[in-house]
Amino acid sequence: MKIVKEAIAGTLESSDLLVKVAPSDTREIVIKSEVFKQFGKQIARVVEETLDQLSVKAGSVVIEDKGALDCVIRARVQAATLRGSGSEDLDWRRLS
Amino acid sequence: MKLRRSMLFVPGDNAAMLSTSFIYKPDSIMFDLEDAVSPREKDSARLLVFQALQHPVYRDIETVVRINSLSTEFGRKDLEAAIRGGANVVRLPKTESPEAIRELDTHVTRIEIACGRPVGDTKLMAAIESASGVVNAVAIATASPRMIAIAMAGFDYLVDMHTRRSDDWQPELFYARAAVLHAARAAHIDAFDVVYGNVNDDEGFMREVKIAKQLGFNGKSLIHPKQVYLLHRAYAPTQDEVDHARRVIAAAEEALRNGLGVVSLDGKMIDPPVLKEAEMTLQLAEAA
Amino acid sequence: MTSSLTPLQSPDSVLGQSQPFTGATAQTPYLDAVDTKLHRKLCGSIEEAIERSGLKDGMTISFHHAFREGDKVVNRVVDTLARLGFKNLTLASSSLLSCHDPLVDHVKSGVITQIYTSGMRGKLAEAISNGLMARPVQVHSHGGRVHLLQTGELQIDVAFLAVACCDEFGNANGTHGRLNCGSLGYAKVDAQFARQVVVLTEEVVDFPNHPASISQDRVDWIVKLDEVGDPSKISAGAARVTNNARELLIARNATDVIEHSGYFVDGFSMQTGSGAAATAATRFLEERMTRRGIKASFALGGVTGGIADLHKKGLIKTVVDVQSFDQDAAESLRTSSGHLEISANEYANPTSKAAYVDRVNMVILSALEIDLDFNVNVITGSDGVMRGASGGHCDVAAAADLTIIVAPLVRSRIPTVVRRVTTRLTPGESVDVVVTDQGIAVNRNRPEVEQRLRDARLPVMTIEELHERAVTLTGEPEPLEFTDRIVGVVRYRDGSVIDVVRQVKG
Repeated sequence: MKIVKEAIAGTLESSDLLVKVAPSDTREIVIKSEVFKQFGKQIARVVEETLDQLSVKAGSVVIEDKGALDCVIRARVQAATLRGSGSEDLDWRRLS
Repeated sequence: MKLRRSMLFVPGDNAAMLSTSFIYKPDSIMFDLEDAVSPREKDSARLLVFQALQHPVYRDIETVVRINSLSTEFGRKDLEAAIRGGANVVRLPKTESPEAIRELDTHVTRIEIACGRPVGDTKLMAAIESASGVVNAVAIATASPRMIAIAMAGFDYLVDMHTRRSDDWQPELFYARAAVLHAARAAHIDAFDVVYGNVNDDEGFMREVKIAKQLGFNGKSLIHPKQVYLLHRAYAPTQDEVDHARRVIAAAEEALRNGLGVVSLDGKMIDPPVLKEAEMTLQLAEAA
Repeated sequence: MTSSLTPLQSPDSVLGQSQPFTGATAQTPYLDAVDTKLHRKLCGSIEEAIERSGLKDGMTISFHHAFREGDKVVNRVVDTLARLGFKNLTLASSSLLSCHDPLVDHVKSGVITQIYTSGMRGKLAEAISNGLMARPVQVHSHGGRVHLLQTGELQIDVAFLAVACCDEFGNANGTHGRLNCGSLGYAKVDAQFARQVVVLTEEVVDFPNHPASISQDRVDWIVKLDEVGDPSKISAGAARVTNNARELLIARNATDVIEHSGYFVDGFSMQTGSGAAATAATRFLEERMTRRGIKASFALGGVTGGIADLHKKGLIKTVVDVQSFDQDAAESLRTSSGHLEISANEYANPTSKAAYVDRVNMVILSALEIDLDFNVNVITGSDGVMRGASGGHCDVAAAADLTIIVAPLVRSRIPTVVRRVTTRLTPGESVDVVVTDQGIAVNRNRPEVEQRLRDARLPVMTIEELHERAVTLTGEPEPLEFTDRIVGVVRYRDGSVIDVVRQVKG
């Protein structure tokens, strides 16, 4: 899946996160989080896995996390990626 | 028997609610992709609900997804997310006719096969929100073997009926409640009463719970988590009722042990419905 | 001339160094003129009071926190001291809140070089956590503060005490002015121990002012200010009655624990804090007390409007008040003869001749973290930054028959039940029951309480199960990395050091 345009998903409410994606030649992930000291690595792992599942090889992904659980992080990264890919058809098997 | 007193609405795009709503222990949780989610957030909410459904904390609780009508651009995608995410039940809003349920049933079967869920695993329920829905309630309730409940939804219905909500015994909802309830009972499925919207008025809520319980509804749809406790408490049997139910059950067990076909208590015969009611009472007491 | 006093001149007289009488006011000249006799304490400005108090560089100043987030005195006095060029002062406030953020600048410029407090929030707490001060902040409990004053570790040179009203002799209270904060329980202690006492009042009223929470014989100087506090912020964050379903759920669980603990009998005593769940639990208690036909002998502590309401309804005979959390509590203190104002020494000092906490049956307290040994942290967030207050936590936890800790199991992604608390404030031996939204755990050393709660079919599980449940939701947090530098010292109520707060890396 290719990120072809800028897109945003999520919110800055507590327990949520805002994900911004944009086209880029390489895959770059930036994570800001309220709980970075305790969960930074875990958040990064979830984001990487989610992007891998969607076969996102390139793109800039900027995360502003407000203490979201992993399942919320996955959903918001997926939503931003799908919006940024301009793709309408979902392969649900890649999303679980 | 599965208790269905409380169905707690959780807006599908609210990450904080999705992360905590299980703590209130409603009998069912309904993730809403319809009215609670704005059109531009439908895609994101759908994914959020899809992920939440797979979280272990929702394993022990009946999960319901309210999808958008299949006539909208969102409906079928919502259905994919619900079934593939593992929702126990799909709730169809604004159901007017049995055809809508049959159409939904066909799609559900298709998706169950595609994702490897046993066919028939996903249950259905319909919300009745219009005059024609009320009139067709019996046909709707029996439209599919997947049907487990129908729910009365008051807001759109009252607009349709050219009236509005009142406070006391609510004559404006009387016919619809009775019709929906009869349809459910005739079809041997459950019935949910309307939501109570004023979350700051616990007393008003309790008045309405009393009406629903007295009419015979299994429970209510709820929009605030604090209402779960209030509702369960209102549905809890009294100590006298529990004591009586225990004696009925004991008498039945005694009769079974003695090989008697007839159960009697205090010289009076106990019919099967009375026995069933006693079992129900003890189940409600256990869950209260 | 010889007289009977002649022997005074002799060096080996039995009268020793005593002075001969030379006139009625010779030794007390301020009692000679009417002006000084009656009006000598009144100062025209804070500057004048500071000068007359004799405050010098390196000395210790104190404040109380009865006006909470509405306090206008701490910043004003310290600003004045900075302007006058004071340096190297020790600040001993009974607590510090977010409204005291401006103190950061006065620490940076060296006006304040040491702090004693029961708590800190906001930017000041953050800056000190990040190494702002060369000397670590000393965090004590409300009872422990009095103990430090008794032992002399903490010696207040000048106390600046905000009050609602006072007369020109210094008889002051917090309940009878235009602006009411209720009990002056913390100020009473400072008035007793400080070398010099400056009262800062919104109103100077007719003599004699009563009740005299702070009595004239403790007061040296009086300054009238236009305002000492913002009434709209006095009860900020304290007395709110919540509509938050999770807080209500926790409150209901806590109320269930109280009802079935074995201590819920006629004449019981209790303390509930100001947290949302504790406030809601107070409300739920009314129904349980009425249903069972029992009444409380007294309620202690920081007092909320909820407690005052139960008192008014006759369900709590006596309210014992060291701090009034809201206007309703303050009003009850003003009007009810069964609502008593006490000092922090009477409240919670372990070396007091008698402390009310020692007669409390049940207390509800909150927590930022609880660990598998039931130790409680209310000082640092799980990021290691100080953001809370010790308050009376360890005092009443140690003393009460049953200490109930209430907290949500998880706050956003932060687990509350953890392997090891970031900072230990109240030792696990003082904690009996942990109540969360997802289950209740009972300390192993209270098997009889656990049995009663299980018999009542409450959702009792082990603390390990609670922890596991939290981690299922959040994931296992990575341990924080700290530098060697100590930024805070946590003093137990007896003055011993129960933990230190280190600066977090990065």
